[in-house]
Amino acid sequence: MALLDVENLTTYYSTLRGYVKAVEGVTFNIEKGEALGLAGESGCGKTTIALSLLRILPSGGKILEGHVKIDDEDILKLPEDDMRKRIRWKKISLVFQGAMNAMNPVNRVGEQIVEAIRIHEPKVGKKEAYERVRKLFELVGVEPSRVSNYPFEFSGGMRQRAMIAMAVACSPELVIADEPGTALDVIVQAQVLKLLGELKEKLGMSLILISHDLSLIAEVCEKTAIMYAGQLVEFGDSVSIFKKSMHPYTQGLISAFPSIRSERTRMISIPGSPPDLLNPPSGCRFHPRCSYAMPICQKERPKLLNVNSGHTVACHLVNKA
Amino acid sequence: MPFGEQGIRKDGAKLEEKIIEITNLKKWFPLRTGFLSSLVRRELFVKAVDNISFDIKKGEIFGLAGESGSGKTTTGRLLIKLIEPTSGKILFKGEDITLFPESKTKAYRRKLQIIFQDPYESLNPRMSIEDILSEPLQIHGISEDKEILKKIYEVMEAVKLIPPDEFLQRYPHELSGGQRQRVATGRALMLSPEFIVADEPVSMLDVSIRAEVLNVILELRERYQVTFLFITHDLALARHICDRIAVMYLGRIVEIANVEELVKEPLHPYTKALIDAVPIPDPTVERTKVVIKGEIPSPVNPPSGCRFHTRCPSFIGDICRTKDPPLIEVQRNRFVACHLHSSEK
Repeated sequence: MALLDVENLTTYYSTLRGYVKAVEGVTFNIEKGEALGLAGESGCGKTTIALSLLRILPSGGKILEGHVKIDDEDILKLPEDDMRKRIRWKKISLVFQGAMNAMNPVNRVGEQIVEAIRIHEPKVGKKEAYERVRKLFELVGVEPSRVSNYPFEFSGGMRQRAMIAMAVACSPELVIADEPGTALDVIVQAQVLKLLGELKEKLGMSLILISHDLSLIAEVCEKTAIMYAGQLVEFGDSVSIFKKSMHPYTQGLISAFPSIRSERTRMISIPGSPPDLLNPPSGCRFHPRCSYAMPICQKERPKLLNVNSGHTVACHLVNKA
Repeated sequence: MPFGEQGIRKDGAKLEEKIIEITNLKKWFPLRTGFLSSLVRRELFVKAVDNISFDIKKGEIFGLAGESGSGKTTTGRLLIKLIEPTSGKILFKGEDITLFPESKTKAYRRKLQIIFQDPYESLNPRMSIEDILSEPLQIHGISEDKEILKKIYEVMEAVKLIPPDEFLQRYPHELSGGQRQRVATGRALMLSPEFIVADEPVSMLDVSIRAEVLNVILELRERYQVTFLFITHDLALARHICDRIAVMYLGRIVEIANVEELVKEPLHPYTKALIDAVPIPDPTVERTKVVIKGEIPSPVNPPSGCRFHTRCPSFIGDICRTKDPPLIEVQRNRFVACHLHSSEK
């Protein structure tokens, strides 16, 4: 049984101009101890999925459909109180995007992590919580004596490490890392990535790595999910996705990525740009940019089809074959 | 001229005409400190660019790579005279532009242009594309509408904003990021410059549309023989765009080489670390990399000797701590500033 089972998740944001169809009918699952990469361009709904899983959507955001099962329990049906006491941080935690600004600048770093621990585990005393923070700092590679520093005294890489320490503070089963490498330099990014991979092994937790950068996902994740304009277009183990991708968007995205190892080539772009999710294209949302588009693509939304054990694709081309 | 015709040969090899030569260039920004501390302490500086020398050949795309805070952007701004250097020389076609008075500078600005990093901020939201593109010409005293429009059409076609009429009256918010960056590229082209600084031109763009901007840059080089300084933190990208590349660390250049040679066989330990840190978009490749520890130190008090010695995996002893390694040519057209290589010579 999968640790996390997301089925047909649909989240809209209501705005003055109408509904932004940020996530529509997304289905995927993660086994225990597995890392899933969630990739796609900006605005494709990656972060909305993360916020939906924790049910911390900003006002206006609403989960309309679907279920999110963790250990076979549908957390979308739980009362808010249960969500806070039992799910958030204890089962699912989040490393927020933009570690640079995710901490409260006027509180000490240690204090903020202690607060997170004590909210979710009220039985833990203050002293014990601080002791745990020091151990966590050691685990993520920050000098334990720096628990009493303020965020501004930390470098970008250290703040990201502290955020990761906060996320694993209550030993969650699943950690979602939202763009953990962005805004960090390549070397620091590699350090953070390595840390996430090590923690996953050491703590036996599952990981969702959200990134627009496919190469980061190739580095750590066993499974990859590709999103486009709020919909999941392809999902499977990373080797199949990177080597035998079947969706034209996935193929385009992969060939748009320069690799430092490959020979020098002319880079290929996908014509056009991602659609406005207030009025997404009909049928397959990728059809206006797709070079293989057929008449049916405008009319009908392609279903996610299983093409190979665990490798699913939503494309009429595959449907036809 | 021993080479006969100028420009690029069919096989892509370039003739050795230097368009930019910089020597011992420095830019130190004074650090603002309180009144009292300024009495007791000597003045502090952020040594953003600290004594660098290199040259750029006509028609090449010269890459400048490094982490944030290494001085890449400052170097780019110095080269087109957006900021004045603390000391050092910048020769543009043999003339030192740092010595020019303001009156003479304006004429030079036509030849030196820049594409900024963020197309969401570098275009005035209240100007139409036509206004944005014609402004440089008006500033430089070309006011005949027909002439301006002709140039606009030519440029828009070059940056692939086709058909131009569809874009002329639009405003930046109506364009996608990739289109905006092509407008910014077009604006830089309006005055037919010889040298363009492209400061991380695609880092703000989505991956699927990066290539369109990069391909435009490559085509412009072919078509107009424009020389580019391509500033980037992404070595994988640099590899596909640049001819030669200089790697900066804390205000210094640590290595200059042909991009293929640099990527395949980096000489400086920092270059190697940077290359190792680049993630590879292929899950089947075996990962054997060593990630170096720590982060880039403060440019206010850079480490003594070799600036990289505090993080260097190949630290060889006291010499690294005490002696600043000079940038020397170790092989033909390969420059490196490292004691590992200077001792071999």
